[in-house]
Amino acid sequence: MKILVCITNVPDTTAKISLSDDQKSINKAGLPHIIGPYDDYALARGVELRDQSGGTLTVLHVGLADAEPQIRKALAIGADDAIRINMEPIDSYSTAEQIAAIAKEGQYDLILMGRESLDYNSGVVHGLVGEMLDIPSYSPVMKLEINGSTASITREIEGGKELLTCDLPLVLGCQEPIAEWKIPNMRGIMTARSKPLTVVEPTDAKSHTEPTGFSLPAPKGACKMISSDDVASLVNLLQTEAKVL
Amino acid sequence: MSILVFIETENKAIKKNAQEAIAYAKAVANAQGGEVTALVMGDIDPSEAEKAGNFGASRVLHAADSKLEHDNSMAYASILAEVIQQESSELIILAKSGLADAVAARAAAKLKAGIVSGVTALPSFDGDGLTVQRSIFTGKAFSDTRITSKIKILVVNKNTIEVTPTTDTAVVETFSPTLNDKDFKATVQDTEKATGDILLTDADIIVSGGRGMKGPEHWQPLLELASALGAATGCSKPVSDLDWRPHHEHIGQTGIKVAPNLYIACGISGAIQHLAGVNGSKCIVVINKDPEAPFFKAADYGIVGDVFEILPKLTEAIKNR
Repeated sequence: MKILVCITNVPDTTAKISLSDDQKSINKAGLPHIIGPYDDYALARGVELRDQSGGTLTVLHVGLADAEPQIRKALAIGADDAIRINMEPIDSYSTAEQIAAIAKEGQYDLILMGRESLDYNSGVVHGLVGEMLDIPSYSPVMKLEINGSTASITREIEGGKELLTCDLPLVLGCQEPIAEWKIPNMRGIMTARSKPLTVVEPTDAKSHTEPTGFSLPAPKGACKMISSDDVASLVNLLQTEAKVL
Repeated sequence: MSILVFIETENKAIKKNAQEAIAYAKAVANAQGGEVTALVMGDIDPSEAEKAGNFGASRVLHAADSKLEHDNSMAYASILAEVIQQESSELIILAKSGLADAVAARAAAKLKAGIVSGVTALPSFDGDGLTVQRSIFTGKAFSDTRITSKIKILVVNKNTIEVTPTTDTAVVETFSPTLNDKDFKATVQDTEKATGDILLTDADIIVSGGRGMKGPEHWQPLLELASALGAATGCSKPVSDLDWRPHHEHIGQTGIKVAPNLYIACGISGAIQHLAGVNGSKCIVVINKDPEAPFFKAADYGIVGDVFEILPKLTEAIKNR
């Protein structure tokens, strides 16, 4: 089985977001970056499936060279090789086109990624890639087993879950508890240094959207403190002042 | 401008989030001229479908086929794309949900359409393009995004627009979709759905608990408050990690993002990852014994004290209101 795991390179979940003075960009300098937490689940399950059934696991990143520590980490966790498409990911559509081009060329059986990236939160890249490859896509997937050429998938639906079976190839957006996050061991870190990382120039993909500016949420007014002996006045405020009851 | 809204159903009626999507489309139509058509799949009563008119749709296209009973994003996207072409729709509106993102994505790829998900305001138009604000970094920031493709798809967040229903009704037409076998490759083996619970993503009020609740056996006072308010219940990540509460209650950056009118946090300190999941809430109440808990900085109202003393009092006060 050939597995492709797509990872994003995103600011740590604890990061405070700030803007450049002209509000045209996000300040990335000094922000610690990580593999997208959902992508990390996809990677962990991908490694387990590769170990069970043999085959190869390739990790794919669309982005610039500053992501290479995260790509090396994915190799240390267990990916066999890595591809980086050398472009700033501008929008979901053009990013999906790059992924689809690599996936088509490599004839992967299973394409895994997180349910959404933690920066733009769109949650649409798996659907776009699935359609571009004309194969089914499912998200968010909480459990995944592969038997021969058939996948058993448990996906979250609103208020519950659904178990379905579907033949490969497939594109899946993953979330917990599909697998436990893996931490690279020393041997993994050492071997990751010599695993192949291929840098590919992007295909001529068209983006249909572009960010024109950024803003931050308006600061919250001061919190109105209420005495624990006077809970009734909270109910009164929620009714008359906040008007939410 | 021809505007098409993809609407989801629940219990054979229009889902609440779809009401907002129709109202959003209507607001654009009011500003730009044009009519709003709604597309609905699967099982819905015609008397419920015509209620799309209450929120601003003039027509409803009902794609009815017994094969469409399960949420099938592949088939829904094919039908959506077919309708977009038939209607020459230029702007497509969906209410944000897991299903909506999947349907919108696949339809976008079929039609080479620009797609923006996480929209938080009405768009502005310039020539062939439109610019719209969207939430990024789980609500920690916003981006103005311009779409330049001919067909434009917007997936809109909850609480983006006020819904004021009228008594107008829409004309319901049956649409016979072309179904492709390749959209029906999967077999649904089993579906588990909690019945009777209020969906977190739909809830107007949420009562949520953190580690300060001290253990799963202490949840009763929180559940009683939720019941008195008709609220859904949620929890912080540590609570679901410890299995005190089920995973589908986990609210936060890597869990469910919610946008209720009222969010009541009980014994949650307010880690930045949790705040990111609730920052779309209209009003936040925080109850915590630690006056230094960071959540108070993000709250509208706060009470410092023991949750186990305050919760029963609050439940009582709600019942007496």
